Amino acid sequence: MSQDLRKKESILRNAGFQTILASLLCIVLGLLIGFIVLLCINPGGAARAITAILKNFLYYPSAAAATKYFGTTLVNASALLMCSLSVLFAYKVGLFNIGAAGQYVVGAGACLYFGLALKMPWIVCLIAAMVFAALVGGISGALKAYFNVNEVISCIMLNWISLYCVNMLLTGVKEQSTPYTIPLSTGNKSALLPNLGLDKLFSNNEFATIGLPLAVIMAILVWVVLEKTKFGYELKATGLNKNAAKYCGMKEQRNIILTMMIAGGLAGFAAGIYYLTGIEQWMVQQTSVPAMGFNGIAAAFLGGLNPIGTIFSSYFIQHITSGGTYVDKSMYCAQISDLISAFIIYLCGFVLFFRLWLNRWLDKRDEKAKKGGKA
Amino acid sequence: MVLLMQYTLIFASVLVLVALGGCFSEHSGVINIGLEGIMVMGALGGALMMKYATGAPAIVMFLLVVLASVLVGMLFSLLLGVAAIRFNADQTLVGTALNLLGPAAAVVLVRAINMAESADNVSSTVAYGQAKKAFLMNIGRFEFNWFMLVALLVLVASYVVLYKTKFGLRLMACGEHPQAADSVGINVYKMRYAGVLISGALGGLGGLVYITAGVSEWKFENGVAGFGFLALAVMIFGQWKPVNIGLAALLFGLFRALSNVYTGFPALRDLNLPSTVYNMLPYIISLVVLVFVSKSSKAPKAEGIPYDKGQR
Repeated sequence: MSQDLRKKESILRNAGFQTILASLLCIVLGLLIGFIVLLCINPGGAARAITAILKNFLYYPSAAAATKYFGTTLVNASALLMCSLSVLFAYKVGLFNIGAAGQYVVGAGACLYFGLALKMPWIVCLIAAMVFAALVGGISGALKAYFNVNEVISCIMLNWISLYCVNMLLTGVKEQSTPYTIPLSTGNKSALLPNLGLDKLFSNNEFATIGLPLAVIMAILVWVVLEKTKFGYELKATGLNKNAAKYCGMKEQRNIILTMMIAGGLAGFAAGIYYLTGIEQWMVQQTSVPAMGFNGIAAAFLGGLNPIGTIFSSYFIQHITSGGTYVDKSMYCAQISDLISAFIIYLCGFVLFFRLWLNRWLDKRDEKAKKGGKA
Repeated sequence: MVLLMQYTLIFASVLVLVALGGCFSEHSGVINIGLEGIMVMGALGGALMMKYATGAPAIVMFLLVVLASVLVGMLFSLLLGVAAIRFNADQTLVGTALNLLGPAAAVVLVRAINMAESADNVSSTVAYGQAKKAFLMNIGRFEFNWFMLVALLVLVASYVVLYKTKFGLRLMACGEHPQAADSVGINVYKMRYAGVLISGALGGLGGLVYITAGVSEWKFENGVAGFGFLALAVMIFGQWKPVNIGLAALLFGLFRALSNVYTGFPALRDLNLPSTVYNMLPYIISLVVLVFVSKSSKAPKAEGIPYDKGQR
């Protein structure tokens, strides 16, 4: 009996288990708050709306249609995963990469321009997306390393600058009558990512490409780099204490710039595997930065800042974001999902406190158990 | 030229209000990245009040609207305050959450209100066009906005409060060395709440000014186009000092205004630059400015670090 109890406790004390518990708690609370908001707007349809958000593609009765939209959700989730990896990578080195959104925009601009204007094959487009986004990330890194400019603010400024630049650049390859860029399927078929038979898996969803496995491979790669290599260790050490790292002979300025470049590259990769599927055309009159990069922050923190965890958390965030489009439009609007994921990010701020509190509570219980045993 | 001056002054008013808000919060030791979200919520409060108070006498209306935006901004900033001060949360993370939360909540709310009025109305604007006129007064061709005066008064008041009152000096002590402040009997938690609440009030007011500055009614989907972050850049450029912040805001306001009215200047029109370049200008300038001033930063020493009583 007491053996049993100890076992249970050791699970509760496990850091990984605590993180998962905290994330699940954030999700439940976030959904609950979303449900309350729905109830306030219109009590009649709230239950139906929240199930619509949670069901997402299962909304379609036919299995074939559901699989197809599952594929589309996955394509979105793979891009989101890359964005959250970008945020996560920088955060591990003590930098808050809120610029993932802007780097994503630059990646989109680069890959579409290389595909449509220069007629390059997909591999070149994908690399271009990564390189240019990495350069933008590098700017923030260099400003931080050499001029002590707060990376959050420089990233935000670069987000807006990138958006306007990309709009200007892609105006050259837009359709005559609409503000959208020429679709890749007519403009340059060779720029589309190869399907490798994955489209068959999702009832002929032509957007399911090698981008999906590539994203998962990248997540594992990021985990390996951060946890298993000297390079990753150096980067994390720089994040924990810049001066100590410098004292140990690490090049802290170089590390900061490299980190931001890698983070930028990951965000650019996100844009590459999203826009090169042809799933969406760029609207050259966009006045706001796409939400993908910001949702990446949510996914990174919800995943407990673990690359493997983010695979699941980015799928979840994307699942409810896509699900938001299925709510009854006569009562609610799709932005309710954004509201829920914003709440989830907010709640993630409490994770540290939650774990502190849980450990304290466990300590107290242990003490009581000891006293009880004596008496 | 008159138009340029008018736009410069109104944008500078927005920036100075929000930047002073950030200044109070940071002097108390809490980084407020969430100003952007606070602005949206404040603007929402003000816009709804304008909508429902249409027809009231101008002065009553003015006070009501200001009160609404200030209160909503303060309430919203409490989300940051509670998380950062009571629960030691990562301030950058929570601030970012506020930035996402503000526009999302505003759109959901406005659409819900619009749809409740008529099922076909799915726009995300609040109809307040008529009420807005209460804030404006024409002096010749110059359209004077009462908020320009308010911003100036707030600037003077901030200077006095920060440097000439017990409260302000104590507040700044909490941002520089909270342990020392605590040791002489200042309640650090209370001071930090005060700092965050003031930033909420000023941020909310700034949001209200932002929407009255526009010609048309404002779409909540668009947020405030990075103005909260521009204000942070203004604050850093002003080195966390009210008077410098005022001057910095004027400079940034000028560049922001240029993008609205550059077509009125033959010299600028002849350059034949696309309008996007002017849209980018404020952001580029702020990056350049940050490069020059960040090295010798006079930021409060303890900002961003949760206060732990045990760490004395």
